[in-house]
Amino acid sequence: MPLDPSFAGRSYGPTGSYLVSREKIREFADAIGATDAPYRDVAAARALGHPDVIAPPTFAVVVTGAGEVLRDDPELGLDFSRVVHGDQRFAYQRPVFAGDRLAVVCTIEEIMSRGGHDFLTARSDVTDAAGAPVVTVWTRLVVRGEA
Amino acid sequence: MTWQDGEQLAPQTFPVTRADLVRYAGASGDFNPIHWNDRTATAVGLPGVIAHGMFTMALAGRALVAWSGDPGAVIEFGVRFAKPVVVPDDDRGAEVTVGGTVKSVADGVAQVELTVTCGGEKVLAQARAKLRVAAQG
Repeated sequence: MPLDPSFAGRSYGPTGSYLVSREKIREFADAIGATDAPYRDVAAARALGHPDVIAPPTFAVVVTGAGEVLRDDPELGLDFSRVVHGDQRFAYQRPVFAGDRLAVVCTIEEIMSRGGHDFLTARSDVTDAAGAPVVTVWTRLVVRGEA
Repeated sequence: MTWQDGEQLAPQTFPVTRADLVRYAGASGDFNPIHWNDRTATAVGLPGVIAHGMFTMALAGRALVAWSGDPGAVIEFGVRFAKPVVVPDDDRGAEVTVGGTVKSVADGVAQVELTVTCGGEKVLAQARAKLRVAAQG
């Protein structure tokens, strides 16, 4: 069943706050094979002017999890077995650091159909404990049409 | 380094093995079996287990950080997943190469266009980033 375009504008959250730990940043850096010192060593991060160890540029997906948020909305009816990741984009207001408490609001920006496939664009707005924006994350999912 | 229009950034090559995908699944929380189970991958029409798109994007991010020297320099980063990275079940795995060209430098921000390939084929399209760079003297 195709996605209903009237779900554009629906939003989810804010989520409970996600505490970014030094250990999680190091685990993620290890998983992408990044040995850079600012991911692991507070002194190296501070030498670059950062308050604590810094997260890699794509780390924010661990916090936003847009795919799971959308999958878990039974009304939207996203068939995850037919979903492929189309596009991904990050716009940073500032980097993510260890010690951040982040909250996420996920909003469906657009649902459209083309060539028998559905395209869903979701925007995740990530804010810190003070409510200040940290990063905006766009995820575009493609739901392949049933052949 | 100094950032100049048209500059070619040194290509970075990254091996991708099945073990890397398992580790990324755990760290990211994306346990979709197409990234670790051949049976599932072939059942949905893939040639075999493929890398997480976000793993490939993370490798492109590693190149950005190698060039800029500071993960905090990345202010915008976007890609389209054009082709899957198929990761064979052997010790060599696949190899992803990330090249970059500086498209422009203005007001302390460099626009970089990335070329991300595996086996000579483009796996990411429209791969672009904006990096904060030191003011050019």
